[in-house]
Amino acid sequence: MLSNDSQLPASPPRSNAVLAAWTLCQRELVRFVRQRNRVFGALGQPIIFWLLFSEGLKARDLGYRYFFPGTLVMILLFTAIFATISIIEDRREGFLQTVLVAPVARWAMVLGKILGGSLIALVQALAFLALGWLTLGISMSVGGLFAVTLLMLIIALALTSLGFVIAWRMDSTQGFHAIMSVFLLPMWLLSGSFFPAGEKGILGWIVRLNPLTYGVSALRGLLHYTGEVPEATPIASVGMSWMVTCLFALAMFALATWIAKTRTTGDLL
Amino acid sequence: MSAAPAIYVEHLVHRYGRRLAVRDLTLRIDRGEVFTFLGPNGSGKTTLFRVLSTLIPQQAGRVRILNEDLSADARRIRERIGVVFQAPSVDGKLTVAENLKHQGHLYGLAGSRLRERSGEMLARLGLSDRGNDRVETLSGGLRRRVELAKAMLHRPQLLLLDEPSTGLDPGARSDLWRYLNEVRERDGVTVVLTTHLLDEAERADRIGIMHQGELVALDTPDALRATVGGDAITIRTNEPQRLAEAIGTQHNCLCMVVDGGVRLEQPDGHQWIPRLAETFGDQIDSITVGKPTLEDVFIDRTGHQFWDGQNEQQETANDE
Repeated sequence: MLSNDSQLPASPPRSNAVLAAWTLCQRELVRFVRQRNRVFGALGQPIIFWLLFSEGLKARDLGYRYFFPGTLVMILLFTAIFATISIIEDRREGFLQTVLVAPVARWAMVLGKILGGSLIALVQALAFLALGWLTLGISMSVGGLFAVTLLMLIIALALTSLGFVIAWRMDSTQGFHAIMSVFLLPMWLLSGSFFPAGEKGILGWIVRLNPLTYGVSALRGLLHYTGEVPEATPIASVGMSWMVTCLFALAMFALATWIAKTRTTGDLL
Repeated sequence: MSAAPAIYVEHLVHRYGRRLAVRDLTLRIDRGEVFTFLGPNGSGKTTLFRVLSTLIPQQAGRVRILNEDLSADARRIRERIGVVFQAPSVDGKLTVAENLKHQGHLYGLAGSRLRERSGEMLARLGLSDRGNDRVETLSGGLRRRVELAKAMLHRPQLLLLDEPSTGLDPGARSDLWRYLNEVRERDGVTVVLTTHLLDEAERADRIGIMHQGELVALDTPDALRATVGGDAITIRTNEPQRLAEAIGTQHNCLCMVVDGGVRLEQPDGHQWIPRLAETFGDQIDSITVGKPTLEDVFIDRTGHQFWDGQNEQQETANDE
């Protein structure tokens, strides 16, 4: 009979953080594609919103072009939410446990989830952008398209990370929906997507302090149209908007990595 | 064969808030053993499992797994253990093969090595023809097999299972145990599991019986049964205390009341039936004699029946 040691490998395989992050990201993408209703839900609502708001408020000089960047961000937000609700599902379904006892660094697990969610969000936003290009006469150079894609990815990373932070401590999706209505949707509404920025008073301040506002502003700056340009006073310079957005993403990701190290009783099934 | 034990635990204590789930636990599990933690719900075995599987950090005491200190380097331990949780941990939307692929990646397996190992695991667990099926289409027994495949993919030296027979029909349970014995015989893997099923515990090399966070018995099934002084005689009656005292006095033996029934342990239990019926017949509702079982061992050590209302309450408190 062979002894233990000659049968087993001399040392176990060394786990690789990048591979782990990539595999978890890939899992998100595959799961998304296999759930048709998620695909339609995530795109359908923003499109309807866009149509309704634009048609409804056409008379007041706010039209389809005005609401377009905000709708793009709404798509990013919604997909980010769906992606992070899946954390709660993962926990309920037990999948999360196997990841937690695997020899994987926590940040790799967080990155995999967030990257997966962000990529899904980005693809949907790009699909909507294509729709806008067909219907609104958006003119953009290749460089411009690259910039828009990059910017949307950064916003997606920020929002998915934020969703992660919220979802990690939650045990039920009902709780998450409550947070969504009370916090995330107002965050979007007060980001210059809807109310023009530069208002006076408390609303104005919230808009100014909301990091998402800068993302929307930067996005607006990148979308050029043939013909008339919608009037919207930018909240800050282009450089400033990009910087705030990037910092927002970094801060949220750091927060997500930190919170993933804490345990909740919800981990335990 | 290396002398270092697979698991060594010394004075382990674990609390949830103020509630003590594991009290001062010390034990040693040798390499190549099949060891079972037996206990009702609320006994602390699940908490112990969570600590040993590195799911939750240890709070006090010393734990060494495969000769590595748990509090120092959980990662090195994680690389060499396989864990099967009670709740299903497979991704239903993915196929069997995809589940194995992602698992492999998490453990540093990739490319051809991963493919080879996956193929091997699928074959060993009889899943080769279901590789491309989504896990949600599989029966409970087959899903368990996928979990075993996932857990053993990276060839761990220690396999931890929490209530592995949950939701399995007898056929599937049989298959499971066949596999567990196989990995022990063929690969020298140490198998440690938790269970509340008395008959499942019988299959282990050694059993650790847990009750309210403490290890109340630790030995082979046979040795444990031998500690029960003879057959177990149980009597159901309206006034157990009175009857117990009467029998104790009459026959000069130890007679206890356990959870509302009168109980005594005597060799040649069957001879006691006519003896007791003759004297106390009118007070006896029912009388049972049985060879000692693990439940009798449990009752012996704890004074409680294995299935106890009290234990259920413990479990709910645990979830908070």
